[in-house]
Amino acid sequence: MARDPVCGMEIKSPSDFYSEYAGEKIEFCSSDCKSKFDKNPENYLESKAEKPETTYRKSADGVERLQIPIVGMHCASCTLTIEKEIEKLPGIKRAVVNYSTENAYVEFLPDKVNVDEILKAIKKAGYKSGQATLRLGIRKMHCSSCISKIEEELQKTPGVLSASVDLATESATIVYLPSMVQTPEIKRIIEGLGYPIVETSTPAAAIGKPTEEPEDENQKAREREYKTLVRKFIFAAILSVPFIIFSYPALFGLPASMQKGSDLLRIIWISMSVLSLPIMFWSGSHFYTGALAAMKSRSANMHTLIATGITAAWLYSTIAAIFPEIFPTEALADVFFDVVAVVVALVNLGMALEIRAKGKSSEAIKKLIGLQPKTARVIRNGKEMDIPVEEVVLDDIILVRPGEKIPVDGIIVEGSSSVDESMITGESIPVEKYKDDEVIGATINKTGSFKFKATKVGKDTALAQIIEMVQQAQSSKAPIQRIVDKVSSYFVPTVIILAILSFIVWYDFGPSPNLIYALVVFVTVLIIACPCALGLATPISLMVGVGKGAENGILIRSGEALEGACKLDTIVLDKTGTITEGKPSLTDVVTTNGFQSDEVLKYAASVEKASEHPLGESIIRGAEERSVKLEDPKDFNAVPGYGVEATVNGKRIILGNEKMMKKHNIDLGDLVEISQKMADDGKTPMFVAVDNKAAGIVAVADTVKPDSLDAIRHLKKMGLEVVMITGDNKRTAEAIAKQVGVDRVFSEVLPEDKAFNVQKLQQEGKRVAMVGDGINDAPALAQANIGLAIGSGTDVAIEASDITLIKGSLKGVALAIELSKATMRNIKQNLFGAFFYNGLGIPIAAGLLYPFLGTLLSPLIAGAAMAFSSVTVVTNANRLRRFKPSL
Amino acid sequence: MTVDQILVTILGLLLSASVAWYFWLSKGKATRIQTADGVQEALITVKGGYSPDIIVVKAGKPLRLNFIREETAACSEQVIFPDFKKQATLTPFKKIPVEFTPDKPGEFEFQCAMGMLRGKLIVEP
Repeated sequence: MARDPVCGMEIKSPSDFYSEYAGEKIEFCSSDCKSKFDKNPENYLESKAEKPETTYRKSADGVERLQIPIVGMHCASCTLTIEKEIEKLPGIKRAVVNYSTENAYVEFLPDKVNVDEILKAIKKAGYKSGQATLRLGIRKMHCSSCISKIEEELQKTPGVLSASVDLATESATIVYLPSMVQTPEIKRIIEGLGYPIVETSTPAAAIGKPTEEPEDENQKAREREYKTLVRKFIFAAILSVPFIIFSYPALFGLPASMQKGSDLLRIIWISMSVLSLPIMFWSGSHFYTGALAAMKSRSANMHTLIATGITAAWLYSTIAAIFPEIFPTEALADVFFDVVAVVVALVNLGMALEIRAKGKSSEAIKKLIGLQPKTARVIRNGKEMDIPVEEVVLDDIILVRPGEKIPVDGIIVEGSSSVDESMITGESIPVEKYKDDEVIGATINKTGSFKFKATKVGKDTALAQIIEMVQQAQSSKAPIQRIVDKVSSYFVPTVIILAILSFIVWYDFGPSPNLIYALVVFVTVLIIACPCALGLATPISLMVGVGKGAENGILIRSGEALEGACKLDTIVLDKTGTITEGKPSLTDVVTTNGFQSDEVLKYAASVEKASEHPLGESIIRGAEERSVKLEDPKDFNAVPGYGVEATVNGKRIILGNEKMMKKHNIDLGDLVEISQKMADDGKTPMFVAVDNKAAGIVAVADTVKPDSLDAIRHLKKMGLEVVMITGDNKRTAEAIAKQVGVDRVFSEVLPEDKAFNVQKLQQEGKRVAMVGDGINDAPALAQANIGLAIGSGTDVAIEASDITLIKGSLKGVALAIELSKATMRNIKQNLFGAFFYNGLGIPIAAGLLYPFLGTLLSPLIAGAAMAFSSVTVVTNANRLRRFKPSL
Repeated sequence: MTVDQILVTILGLLLSASVAWYFWLSKGKATRIQTADGVQEALITVKGGYSPDIIVVKAGKPLRLNFIREETAACSEQVIFPDFKKQATLTPFKKIPVEFTPDKPGEFEFQCAMGMLRGKLIVEP
C-alpha cells in the first residue's frame, strides 16, 4: 500500500500514476492528483511530513521540531523545571512539556543548538529522556578507521544520540530516540557502509521502571538465599542431635563415664563448644551481621534478639565446660549448646519456609509483569516488520494474527476477531471485536486476524498502568498498620529490657540454682519474641489481597481504600453506564395494520442506514442481532426534530415522532397510547409508517446491564443500602429502580449536584461508596468515602477513584467489597495472632507459669515457636489466594 | 540480698537504661544530600539497616536514592516509601534507584516490607 500525498488516499502500489521526486517514487490515485503534484511538489511533501507519527521534522524557515519522551516526571510542576532548563539554551524557539503524555516538544534552530544539548538540559533538570539502547554485532571491520566511519555516519543520523563501536567485540552500542529513528534504519546505515550485521540482541530500552527489569534476577537471588538457608539448617540440625543427647546425659541414660562431672563429658562439652562456632558463625552468620548492621543504625531487629540469645547461651556454656570449678555448685556448671544449635537450625528453617511462602504471595504481580508482550508486528511504509514492543510508537499500524498477543493498546482499523481479555478484566468469556473497537495490550487474539492503530504505548498502556497501580497499592499502608508501626519500633529494645529484668528477678528471687534459671529465662525471652510476625502481618495480606483483586479486574489503589471498603453502609450507583449499558439499544417492536415485526424493523433499520443518529445505530444493531436483512435506502431525507424518511424496496418509509406522523397525516390509532406508556418506562419510541400507513413502533432505551439485578440483590444481602442517582425524571428513574430492585432514588439530579447528594447521605451519618464512570462523576467519587470507578476499555488509571473496576459489571462492586472484607479479616487474624503470640509467649518465657506449674519454657520450644510464627502469618495470608467471589 | 545480687541488679538496670537510651533517646547522624545536575542523589547501603538512615533533602527537587543491598537476607528485599507510594525490589549487590520528587516538607519514613529496617527522609522546605 502507498499513500497519495495529494488526496491522502491509501492506494495500491505500484500505481499507474507516479512521479519521480528527489530520487523517490511517488504514487497517486489518479492523473488528476499527479498533475496537481507535479505543479507544486513541495506543497504536498510538506504535508506528508505532517503525519502525526512524524516526530522530527524541519520546516521551511529552518526551525527543527523535536519530540522527546521524558521519563520520571512525577508532578505537573516538573514540566516547568524542564521547560525552563531547555529555554536557557540558545536557539530555542519554543519548549513545551506535556505532563500527561510525558513528552517534550521543542522547536529549535539547528545551527545554534543541537539535540544533544537539549537532552543534556533535560538531564540537568533532573529527568531522563526516553532513549533506547541497541547493541549490534558488526562483522568485517578491519581497522580503527572503520570504527570512526561507522560512528560518524551514525551520529549524523537524526535521532541517534551516541554510537560507539568496539573493534574487539565487533559490536556497536547505539543510544537513540525510538520516536525519531528505528532499528532497521540504523541497521541499514551500517550495512550501507559495507559492514554486515550478524545478530541483533534485543535492545534494552532505557524506558521503564527499574523495579521490573531485574525481576528474574530477584527470583534467582531468592532461590539462592533459600538454598543457603536450607544448607545452614541441615548443618545445624545434624549437630543438634548429639548436642541434645550430651547436654542431658542423665535424661538419655548415658553410661556413668559420660555423666555429669566425668572427664569424658567435659571433653565432649569442650568439643561441642568448638563445634558450636561454625553453627554460630556460618549457619547463624546472618544473625550477627544483621544485628551489627542494625546496631550501627541504632535499630534492633529479630537478628539482634537471636544473636544476643545464642551468644549468651554459648558464653555461659563454654565457661561452664572449661572452668566448671569457678561455679560454687556443680549444678551451675551446666551447658546449653543444644540451645545454640537448635535455635539456629529452626530459625533458618523458618526463614527458608517463609521465602517459599512469600514467593507465592507476590505471584499476582509477577503474573501481570509476565504478561507484557515482547514484540509487535507493525506495518511501516507498507512493509511488515517485527520490532521490540518498546519501539512501537503512537499511530503505528499493528498486525495481529490468531493466537498472538496484542502488543499495545489501540483501536481496530481492519478486520475482526474474538479476544480473550481475561488476564486484564477477569472476564473469562472472549469478547467479539470489530472495526473501531478498542483492544487492550497483553490480551490474546483468538480467532481472526486484524490490524489496529496503536493509541497507547509504553508506560501508558492499560497493563503498564495496572502494574503501576498494583505496585503502588502494595506499597501503601493500611491505616491499621500505623498502630503496628508504633509497636514495632519499640518492640525489640523492649524485649531486650524485659529479658534483662527477668534475669534480675530470677537471679534475686528465683530458686536455686538461680543463675541457671536466670540465664534460661533471659535466653528464652529473647528467642520467643517474634517481631517478624508483627511486621509481616499487614503488608503480606495486603499484597495478596490487592494482587487477588487485580486478577479479578479490580484495582484497589491503596491500603486505605481497602480498609475503607469494609466499613461501608451505603452504595450510591450512578444510573447511566453503571446500572445500565450507557448506550441505547433496541427494546421493543410493536406492529399494527397487519405488518410483521421483522418487516417493520427491516424498514426502520434500512432507513437509518443513511442517518448518523446514535439512536439509528442502535436500531440497526438491533436488526442485525435479530438477523434481519437490510436494504439500501434511496432518497433519504432527515427532518431535524421530527424524523427521517427514505425509499426502501420501492416503498416510502417514514420514521419519526408523533409530530412527524402528523405532518404526513398518518393515522396512528392506538399506537399513541402504547408509545406514551413506553415513554413512561424511560424508552424512546419511534413510529414507522410504510407508504403513508402506520406500521408500528420501534423503541430504543438505555438497557439495564444483564447482571445489574443480581449484583444489586447481592449488595443488599450484604447489608448495604443501595441508592440510585440519575439526571432522569422521577418516573423513568423509578421504573429502572424497580426493575433492578433499588429502594431509594435520587432523580433529576444535575451532574454537578451528584457530589452534594453524596454529602447529604454522609450527613445522615453513613459511610458512602459512590459508583460511577469516573469522568462525569469525578467530584462525587472524590466526595464519597470510597469512590469506585467503572472503567471502560483501556482507561484504568482514574484519578478520582479509590477502586477501579476494569470490567464494566456491577458485580465487581460486590466483589471488591467482599475481597476487601476478606483481606481485612485476614489482616486482623494475622495481627491478633502476632500480638497474642508475643503477648502470651513473652510472659510465659519469663517464667510467669513457674509458680503454678513449677517448670520453665524450654528455649528449644521457644525457638520452634518463633520460627513458625512468621511462617504461619505468611501461610494465613496465602489462604487469601483461594478467595472465590460468591457471585 | 547478697552482694552479688545487688551487683547483678544494679548492672542489669544500668544495662536496661543504656538499651533504652541507645535505641530510643540517642539521635543518629543525619546525612544531607548533595545536589548535582538538578537531581538530589544519594547512595544508601542496605545491610541489616540503611546506611545512611537519616537523609535530609530539599523539597520540590527530584530525588534519586540509589540503594545497594549488600546482603541476601530476604528481609531487606524491598524498600518502601509509603508516603510517596514508591517501592523497589532490591536485587542483591546491584544499584537500584528509587526516584521521586518530594514536594511537601516534613519527615517521612522508609522501611523494608516488614518494617524492621527503617530510615527517615527529612524534607526541608
